Amino acid sequence: MTTQRYPTTWRRPPQILKDRRWRIAIQIGIVVYLFLAIGTVEVNWSRVYDGLERGQRFVMGFLQPDFTSRWRDISQGLVESLTMTLTSTVIGVAISVPIGIGAARNLAPRWVYYVCRAIIAVSRALQEVIIAIFFVAMFGFGPFAGFLTLSFATIGFIAKLVADDIEEIDEAQVEAVRATGASWAQLVNYAVQPQVMPRLIGLSLYRLDINFRESAVIGIVGAGGIGATLNTAIDRYEYDSAGAILLIIIGIVMIAEYSSSYLRKFLQ
Amino acid sequence: MLTLEGLSKTYKTGDAALTEVSLSVPKGQIMGLIGPSGAGKSTLIRCINRLVDPTAGRILLGDVDLVRLGKADLRRQRRRIGMIFQEYALVERLTVMENVLSGRLGYVPFWRSFLRRYPGPDIQRAYQLLDRVGLIDHADKRADALSGGQRQRVGIARALAQDPELLLVDEPTASLDPKTSRQIMRLLTEICAERGLPAIVNIHDVPLAQQFMQRIVGLRAGRVVFDGAPDQLTHDALTAIYGEEDWNAMRQGDDEQSQAEAEARDRMAALAR
Repeated sequence: MTTQRYPTTWRRPPQILKDRRWRIAIQIGIVVYLFLAIGTVEVNWSRVYDGLERGQRFVMGFLQPDFTSRWRDISQGLVESLTMTLTSTVIGVAISVPIGIGAARNLAPRWVYYVCRAIIAVSRALQEVIIAIFFVAMFGFGPFAGFLTLSFATIGFIAKLVADDIEEIDEAQVEAVRATGASWAQLVNYAVQPQVMPRLIGLSLYRLDINFRESAVIGIVGAGGIGATLNTAIDRYEYDSAGAILLIIIGIVMIAEYSSSYLRKFLQ
Repeated sequence: MLTLEGLSKTYKTGDAALTEVSLSVPKGQIMGLIGPSGAGKSTLIRCINRLVDPTAGRILLGDVDLVRLGKADLRRQRRRIGMIFQEYALVERLTVMENVLSGRLGYVPFWRSFLRRYPGPDIQRAYQLLDRVGLIDHADKRADALSGGQRQRVGIARALAQDPELLLVDEPTASLDPKTSRQIMRLLTEICAERGLPAIVNIHDVPLAQQFMQRIVGLRAGRVVFDGAPDQLTHDALTAIYGEEDWNAMRQGDDEQSQAEAEARDRMAALAR
């Protein structure tokens, strides 16, 4: 038989490091570093024990959530958070769209591209909590600082992803519309918008959901909303109320998650 | 109608795509542009409506030199040149009607195109063109719901919506089956004849070119190496354009294909009876 001439075993050739010695050295290096790193973490075991007791009270509060005694605070915080979320998403997306178009290499002139990419970089580099601290210092405690924070963070997120999406559109469709004698604005409206719209809607819904979660976090540094209520409850050792707030946050995030994934599927 | 004088294009990489191409296309003539891949067919067509900027030479459409135009003038001149693309290049997520109306973009202000409020005569004309290419019932469908042949018909209607004085056609049948290819070529030649429209058609299917074109220009490495009637396209001429190959075998293959098609048609007709 002629098939006898061919080998019966095959191994995938190494893709990144061709040299076997290097591969082994790097693997050993990673393991050694891991052990050394774990060794430097200081753990105060008696403190952990104390913490467990507190954690137990926390869990008990969770198991017996108290929705009623602080309901006024909770509902006010919730309304603030939801308002903050919706307004900041709408405003943020509205500002992101022109910035995203400007940050797409294939649509914008060089200098516009660099300016828009710089705005995006600044927005993405600063974490929400840091911006929130800054805005709280500027405009005082309350949901207005939260609204500004979330709008700002939304710009970095949506504008970057929209710009990347625009850079990957089908150029043939753009060329065809350009060949009709269309202006730049008509080109964007006819050749670019139809190609990126489904993704823009999907991203906006996703951002809505992120903004709600972030509104709980930035509330802790004073930017209003349900996070502020949660912070107060924990400060007062009212773990039953804190548990109730966390359950509500989880519930709303789940609803947002399911409805946005349903909507996105519907839009495809 | 269209005159090219010493048209040259050198890309930034230093590749000379076109060298000193001079051509003249009179009114109503359908000219086929053949040549191997990379001969500069696509570049030549794209230079004419300035999707690619030529390095040297003149392009006269009527008495306007298209090479020396500012942005606004270029847009105004592009309206006069309809273009039909390989792979259709329709905007997939827009409706068929929006695709056809996009041929009017150079004529309407932004607010009209944005709100899809086109002037009555434009809409009437779009319907008329859709009827001409046999797609009037598909006006409200999305372009990506159509088959290949139907999409190319929409492409033709979009180009005609511009009321062009010249058609540029880039590999119109590259992604279509042989039968649909012939239907599309027939439609194109009929429409050009109806309106006395001159057309430049990039085509790599030589037998198809010979069947439908009135004149054939052969490009090789960016230079015109053949210019004449389809029946002058002899064995030697093809060799000059493409290099050595068994041309008779290729023609035979095409004959076989059309015979097979004819047989298949007969069989379908027999089944229908």
